[in-house]
Amino acid sequence: MSDKQTIFNWVYTEKVKDHFMNPKNILEDDDYQEDGKGLVGSMACGDQMLVAIKVENDRIADIKWRTYGCASAIASTSMMSEMVKGMSLEEAYSLTPQMITSELGGLPEHKFHCSVLGDKALRAAVDDYLERQGRDNPYKRQTAKIVCECKGITDQQIEELVRDGSVTTLGQLQELTGLGTVCGGCKDQADQMLHDFLHIYGK
Amino acid sequence: MAIRTVYMDNNATTPVDPRVAKVVTDSLDLYGNPSSMHTLGRDAHREIERARALTADMIQAQPREIVFTGCGSESNNTVINLLFLPKVTDGGRNKFISTVIEHPSIYELDEMLTQRGIEVVRIGVDELGKIRMGELKKALDEKTALVSVMAANNEIGTIQDIAGISTMVHDAGALMHTDAVQAAGKIEIDVRKWGVDYLSLSGHKIYAPKGIGALYIREGAPFGPFLLGGHQEDARRAGTYNTTGIMAMGAASEMVCREGRAETQRIARLRDRLEQGIKDRVDRIRVNGHPTDRVAGTTNISFYGAEGESILLYLDMEGIQVSTGSACATGSLEPSYVLMETGVGAELAHGSIRFSLGRYTTEEDVEYVIEKLPPIIERLRRMSTL
Repeated sequence: MSDKQTIFNWVYTEKVKDHFMNPKNILEDDDYQEDGKGLVGSMACGDQMLVAIKVENDRIADIKWRTYGCASAIASTSMMSEMVKGMSLEEAYSLTPQMITSELGGLPEHKFHCSVLGDKALRAAVDDYLERQGRDNPYKRQTAKIVCECKGITDQQIEELVRDGSVTTLGQLQELTGLGTVCGGCKDQADQMLHDFLHIYGK
Repeated sequence: MAIRTVYMDNNATTPVDPRVAKVVTDSLDLYGNPSSMHTLGRDAHREIERARALTADMIQAQPREIVFTGCGSESNNTVINLLFLPKVTDGGRNKFISTVIEHPSIYELDEMLTQRGIEVVRIGVDELGKIRMGELKKALDEKTALVSVMAANNEIGTIQDIAGISTMVHDAGALMHTDAVQAAGKIEIDVRKWGVDYLSLSGHKIYAPKGIGALYIREGAPFGPFLLGGHQEDARRAGTYNTTGIMAMGAASEMVCREGRAETQRIARLRDRLEQGIKDRVDRIRVNGHPTDRVAGTTNISFYGAEGESILLYLDMEGIQVSTGSACATGSLEPSYVLMETGVGAELAHGSIRFSLGRYTTEEDVEYVIEKLPPIIERLRRMSTL
């Protein structure tokens, strides 16, 4: 093994390296006729992802993507695109960043956030597909997780509020939803979540 | 597998010059403790004093004005800690002024200083990386104890007018420090002309190994040791002398004195060729830093629509070693504070690469980078969301 590979190894796994060097399913055709499209992140934050899907019989028939981001972001999106082909919309919607990173053989801890954008963009694309079809979105509720037990506030509610620009600080979130105002036990988790969502949707 | 290795990260650290390596090897026989009175100790001591004179020569100082330290960061920390010396803060001087583009071994101490009652003011820079003199003038007052301004910036290479700044600082009755770690070997340093009271140096940026630094302390300038509990370095820095590191520092300094001028001219030509070659072949880029007041080997370029770490790793696969202007690779999501302070903007700052050329950079290396870089940028832009 050459020195070069050794250097690479302690940063990224072989699988990450492979997906970074040879990313699969990049959206190259500007005339790609997608059924749904999702764009998350921003170049100012250092990573942005675009996912375009074709859907047949509520299954992901094809997926293409573009990413502005670091090696982990490129590798995660590439890996994700390979994983979801053929999945039902429901399966695709419940894909988690953990599933992507474990398929990649792990990412360095500080790079974990890079994999979060991939599944977010995918969900945004499914949302867009259902909206274009004029259909209800049955998946959203299924995947929501309670963050604040006392007030029953879910991660998706927080995400929505960040996405539409209603909140940018924990204080605003507390004022608007009452989150963390009873026992306060969820505040750290909510703050971290807020931080992550701001990174994904913020400018 | 990569065909060749092209090292363009000399601002991060330099390779050890083979002539310095020889000095290192030879030094290992001088195992006597330089503080010991016997022959072996005295032999080592003699070499240390020779190295001190050589290091002093590099910056036009007197040998007794040089204290050897463990690294540039230690030199910087030592100076910052002078703010707790009564001699320095006498007369209610409790203000420390530095800049927004200092090395972390200066700016990360801000919080500690504030907690301990020191008022910290950081001066901004313009889009070329020059500090705003008007701001400095306004900040300087009878409360100011110490000012620290880096001579040349590590990321963009911009050189400051240290002599001019020193005059202003001394007019206000304050002390002047400069972090010259990135300036040494790249521009001529004359502590008398610059008029500084303290100056930090590091060995591993001038082709000596890691683990050796130096601090210039002007004769008569107030000083107290940072490392306590030993009489070494005239009781200015405790700890057994690092004979090997010190001898290497001396040898490296001697080479800078002898060859520095010709070397920087050669490196500047190569850097200009690299910059032009990239400009000719890649559109939507921004060259950061000052066009003329910039150290010879450094060019920092922002590529629109291509992310820095990805560029770095694709270049690495071609055997080209560079650094990102973005801190992303080190765990922070924030782009380089130096670039942000010069108004580059987050979008561009995330796509920044620092090429730092050095003593062993060849014309072939430059041509190789000019050949390999454009397709990488093109490829990343094709897969990018821009």
